Amino acid sequence: MATVRFDKATRIYPGADSPSVDKLDIDIADGEFLVLVGPSGCGKSTSLRMLAGLEEVNEGKIWIGDRDVTNLSPKDRDVAMVFQNYALYPHMTVADNMGFALKIAGVDKSEIRRRVEEAAKILDLEPYLERKPKALSGGQRQRVAMGRAIVRSPQVFLMDEPLSNLDAKLRVQTRTQIASLQRRLGVTTVYVTHDQVEAMTMGDRIALLKDGILQQVASPREMYDKPANVFVAGFIGSPAMNLLSVPVTQDGAKFGTHRLDIGRDELANAGSKVVVGVRPEDVEVRTDNDGLEIEVDVIEELGADAYVYGSPVSKDIHLEGSDEEGERPFIARVDGRNVPRKGEHIFVFPKPQHIHAFNQETGARLI
Amino acid sequence: MALEITAARADPALLDLPWDTPLEEWPDEILAAYPRGISRHVVRFVKLSGRVLAIKEIKTDIARREYEMLRNLRRLDLPSVEPFAVISGRVSRDGEQLDGALITRHLQYSLPYRALYSQSLRKGTASRLIDALAVLLVRLHLAGFWWGDVSLSNTLFRRDAGAFAAYLVDAETGELRVQLSDGQREHDLDIARVNIAGELMDLEAGGLLQEDRDPVEVSERIMTRYRELWSELTDTEIVDTGERWRVDERIRRLNALGFDVGELAMTTDIDGTSIQIQPKVVDAGHHSRRLLRLTGLDVRENQARRLLNDLDSYRAALGRQADDEENVAFDWLHEIYEPLVRSVPKELARKMEPAEFFHELLEHRWYLAEKLKRDLSLPEVKEDYLANVLPTKPDEKEVVGVDTVEMPVVAWDD
Repeated sequence: MATVRFDKATRIYPGADSPSVDKLDIDIADGEFLVLVGPSGCGKSTSLRMLAGLEEVNEGKIWIGDRDVTNLSPKDRDVAMVFQNYALYPHMTVADNMGFALKIAGVDKSEIRRRVEEAAKILDLEPYLERKPKALSGGQRQRVAMGRAIVRSPQVFLMDEPLSNLDAKLRVQTRTQIASLQRRLGVTTVYVTHDQVEAMTMGDRIALLKDGILQQVASPREMYDKPANVFVAGFIGSPAMNLLSVPVTQDGAKFGTHRLDIGRDELANAGSKVVVGVRPEDVEVRTDNDGLEIEVDVIEELGADAYVYGSPVSKDIHLEGSDEEGERPFIARVDGRNVPRKGEHIFVFPKPQHIHAFNQETGARLI
Repeated sequence: MALEITAARADPALLDLPWDTPLEEWPDEILAAYPRGISRHVVRFVKLSGRVLAIKEIKTDIARREYEMLRNLRRLDLPSVEPFAVISGRVSRDGEQLDGALITRHLQYSLPYRALYSQSLRKGTASRLIDALAVLLVRLHLAGFWWGDVSLSNTLFRRDAGAFAAYLVDAETGELRVQLSDGQREHDLDIARVNIAGELMDLEAGGLLQEDRDPVEVSERIMTRYRELWSELTDTEIVDTGERWRVDERIRRLNALGFDVGELAMTTDIDGTSIQIQPKVVDAGHHSRRLLRLTGLDVRENQARRLLNDLDSYRAALGRQADDEENVAFDWLHEIYEPLVRSVPKELARKMEPAEFFHELLEHRWYLAEKLKRDLSLPEVKEDYLANVLPTKPDEKEVVGVDTVEMPVVAWDD
């Protein structure tokens, strides 16, 4: 077991204009499950591979425990890429399928047996150790494949989109299983995904990258409640946070007819506009003409709740993230028993304790 | 979404296949065999418009990626299977979406390693397979391809004058880079080593491994063979200025390994007493290119070497060293090679390719000469070979079925 530290680690591909990973600084605690997440091309896989030793580190360092591993070969780093190869061997027993790589590494028989039994206990595979994989269910086979990585007892597990070729249902099941297994084993784990839901549900902490630059590293809760900038605010959460650029007034920000109290100090250097963010569940919906006027386009009924998709009536207000492909809708979650009709006009503003505000220029969080 | 076929040359007959049925449930009558291998995915072979196709059921985006990757590998002239089509937008009869499919052409006369083990084998087959895989891996790495899942299962083998030539079958995990780092190469090698050991242990557990050598020991060979070859192909050598012949020697050594030097970097040190040489671009296929140029025969490297040796002895025997090589090659082709390989009866032609047959004849001549203690002409040898040896060989033109189990562990049924 070990801590992992990215210390201004940088990767520049030959001929590239900008680094693929730029001065990455992350401290990962012993036993922590850290998820690297971000859109494609953000540098998350490259970061993982730098840790694995598969990608050169051009500047900075990488530490595992108190060892500087920056220039060590993958083999000498004591890390295991999980799910890299999950083909099972049909003629070999479950125990041999789990332990064969140790045999190659020259581990002696009784030690192999001990580690395999230990892993089997964790994976609920004890009764099947002497069977052939054919006799197992699909789920059990998958656990055998996980066992192969576990018996190596590496200091760090690395997983690069391990669920990407599973269908949606399987993904949810396997996700839960990996997360609970990691907690039982307590092995430091770095996990890469492009899916923010996966990141939110699995990680102790999440590191969000964009264009090779770390945007924020925090717990899922903190990431959700206090996104460090507009990008994080828009990436984390589903449906996404509503983000609107609104005018700054003397005593706050103007959200339709409603005044948002953002704080004089925070607004001091913000310029004439700020980006206000409100999550769909934090929208106050009114019919008394207070707030931003929205025309309801679509209602999505979920039973207890409903999502309202609408567009600002004022043509001057646009949601951030709108582009040629179309305007982003304003989304509000409302009580399922009190749902506006399609075409109706409603008034909305953020609930006071749940306002997010960001600098229009830099995107940095104000409150 | 409608069913969509992406292919360079789409065959309309593809539309007749039951794409609304999961591949696992396709009826036997349309399958070419019941192929099994250690696979993460369901794979089946079908015969369509006179060719055998391999169909792998896989998510559409992964199928597309692998299709493009295989096309790139072929463009780089690397030995791999030929991608044929990607099928997307599959929907079952009850409206459920099905995974896409990647279709590749079956490589004629190729053999999965498991099929090789189900035949009675000459000793040392495992080593020869690993040697072939080492050459393939070095070639892929030189081109900047990181495989990510090197194994015997992901490779097909073709006979090559008693040895084997290896072809990449599965590029799902692969990536093309400008250049690979040492860490990436080492990682591939490590994966190869573990997979090979696992595959051989599995054969051992199934009682299919006739050799009594330890799989772990055999698997080590991939490391040593790969490293030897890599270093011969890429190492910098320092040569004394007075020993320039050693530059030629290096080139000859590379030729002997079957590689041509496309570019050689040479630098002298400041006082000019030594030269550093390093091959920059090496291309595999030295002998097969030479044979192709001389005769138009397109065969594998070792076969080409064998045929060229026979051509050389033909030239020497006729005392035609002064003649144009091209003219001698033309005569050898028409007088020796073609009459022999054309005389194989049709029903035996599916056993092996012409160049391999010619190699076998040369081997058989040596064997008969030993036994009879006299020289024999090739036509004589051929009569004996056709009567006594070839009929005992298995048909290898379209081997797709091997007796193992398919084990997709991604399926979840509990």
